[in-house]
Amino acid sequence: MKAHLTRRYMFSASHRLHSDKLSAEENRATYGKCNNPYGHGHNYTVEITVSGPVDEQTGMVCNLVDLDGFVRSEILERYDHQNLNLLREFAKEVPTTENLCIAIYEIVTRGFRHAHLEKVRIEETMMNSFEYRGEE
Amino acid sequence: MVYLTRKTEFSASHFYHNPEFTPEENQRVFGKCNNPNGHGHNYTLEVTVKGAVDPKSGFVVDLKQLKDVMGREVLDAFDHRFLNKEVPEFLTKIPTTENLAIAIWQRLAPKLNAAQLHRVRVYETPDLFVDFYGENFHAKDFHGGA
Repeated sequence: MKAHLTRRYMFSASHRLHSDKLSAEENRATYGKCNNPYGHGHNYTVEITVSGPVDEQTGMVCNLVDLDGFVRSEILERYDHQNLNLLREFAKEVPTTENLCIAIYEIVTRGFRHAHLEKVRIEETMMNSFEYRGEE
Repeated sequence: MVYLTRKTEFSASHFYHNPEFTPEENQRVFGKCNNPNGHGHNYTLEVTVKGAVDPKSGFVVDLKQLKDVMGREVLDAFDHRFLNKEVPEFLTKIPTTENLAIAIWQRLAPKLNAAQLHRVRVYETPDLFVDFYGENFHAKDFHGGA
């Protein structure tokens, strides 16, 4: 029987939304105060949803110890208390929360072997959130 | 088609243990959840039903009826109980959040008539929840329902 399991994690990071493909005026018009040259920060909440059959012997979709361990070493240690613009995946991409969803989805789907990744959802603030389920 | 979700809470204790595992395996797989004296959670249950809006009542489902079914089938059985010892499903199944969601689906699905059960979501803590959509559900594989 297939079930979906979701776990929430938090990290804090800074970013600046700025595209080299746009002029200074266009950047300002597109990103508003998010284009402030010194950047700003958020407390991000990441929801990882995995799915799979409920294992007969354990009653689990996957062991939370495995999921927590993976997210801690591959996601939280990478992003927590960092400036996102300085990371390799945002050397060319703007670190919007859309692109952050895609980056985290890629890390989990490539590296996590214990269950199927359904989606990554990120709350940038209490008022906005973003989801990525891979290419459909 | 309109989706309607009703939320409720219950508190219960449980522990994780598979009698087919050795004590070492139980400890390795389930960690501190294997403590035989159990531990508790405040669970939040969200039940989502779907259906057409009745033109006369404007309802997908009579909320009172849904509340009564959730109360009778789930809360009366689970709230302030030791799941492993007092709920029939968990005499044989491990009361993980996954199996709770499946057991609740099994209890509710046959009791709803106007609307169709769409999703059962069980929060074990605010940071952990399980969704069950009835996918690959076989009642015969899940004994002990009410």
